[in-house]
Amino acid sequence: MLQSSVDRVAEATPRAITRRMHGLSDRALAWLFVAPSIVLLLAVNIFPLIWTIRLSFTNFRVNRPNAEVEFVGLKNYLSILSDRDIWLSMQATAHFLIWTIVLQVLIGFTLAYLINKKFRGNDLWTTIIVLPMMLSPAVVGNFWTFLYQPQIGLFNYAVGFLTGADPSSFSMIGDVSLAPWAIIIVDTWMWTPFVMLICLAGLRSIPASIYEAAECDRASKWRQFWTITVPLVLPFLMLAVLFRGIENFKMFDLVVQLTGGGPGSITELTSINLKREAFEKWRTGYASAYAVILFVTVFGLASIYVKALNKVKQR
Amino acid sequence: MSSFFDGLLHFRRGAWEMLASVLIAAGVVMLMQPFVLALYSWSFVVTLLGTVMFIIVSHFPE
Repeated sequence: MLQSSVDRVAEATPRAITRRMHGLSDRALAWLFVAPSIVLLLAVNIFPLIWTIRLSFTNFRVNRPNAEVEFVGLKNYLSILSDRDIWLSMQATAHFLIWTIVLQVLIGFTLAYLINKKFRGNDLWTTIIVLPMMLSPAVVGNFWTFLYQPQIGLFNYAVGFLTGADPSSFSMIGDVSLAPWAIIIVDTWMWTPFVMLICLAGLRSIPASIYEAAECDRASKWRQFWTITVPLVLPFLMLAVLFRGIENFKMFDLVVQLTGGGPGSITELTSINLKREAFEKWRTGYASAYAVILFVTVFGLASIYVKALNKVKQR
Repeated sequence: MSSFFDGLLHFRRGAWEMLASVLIAAGVVMLMQPFVLALYSWSFVVTLLGTVMFIIVSHFPE
């Protein structure tokens, strides 16, 4: 049946095409099929990257297309790497990155561990927990600004109810010391389900026979957790950290909607700072150098992380 | 420790990748630490050196 279909297709192919295909090797055919993807990749990823690197050595401004573009060497890089404002935004990004990853991994893994137990309404709870992840970051940012309102916000009311503090006595997004935590809470609320799902996949991939063998050896639950569950879920957990780490390093929309980088510039993450340089101050060459620095950082981190991930998988 | 230096001398992938990874990690910590501006200023050079080294040494024999 299959053979006859193949024959029919072969017969239906125009002779001119058949003749041309006969002259091609398997390797050439493979290249022919892969070429469109490669061309697209070069046009969309590689060319802009090379162009950005080129622009980073110039004083080009995109809002002055007719102005003469001068080669400025390493001036943009030197200026970025001695700028205290950019240094502060790097620190704000580090604070955001570290705390979101720590909280999301801890809460996500705990939720996955609990959801993995068999109980009534298990699927319903999984769906409810996963809901925040399905919302648009712009929507989440907008409605959390209402939740954080000192006068009418539900978050302030809940904190006041639990601690006895006056709900209008503090403003999560207006206070310099609380604003960094406000964005961490929202990102954790939104993306913990993602980490939970990946951990859940890891937990469900562990064969029950391993736990049964451990039970036969009279291993305690605590020992089973540390010697079976954690090592086998670790590659999944590391993958979740990699995804969240890269995503949060370039976090933009959620924070812009929530705080706009304020108060002052306390929540101005690198991506927001970069956008200001590129599209508010129109310093395209400078912003390109800034983007190259961020790219090299993420690329370097991802390289060592993938290496570590492969090592864990080989164990 | 001696096997690490031995790996470096004989251009083995493991040892050189370890060195490149340490450089990248040091560069990222230097970039984001809040203490010394000079460390921040040199962070990119260290990260770039580590990243380029990582790309090259990943082609070394095991």
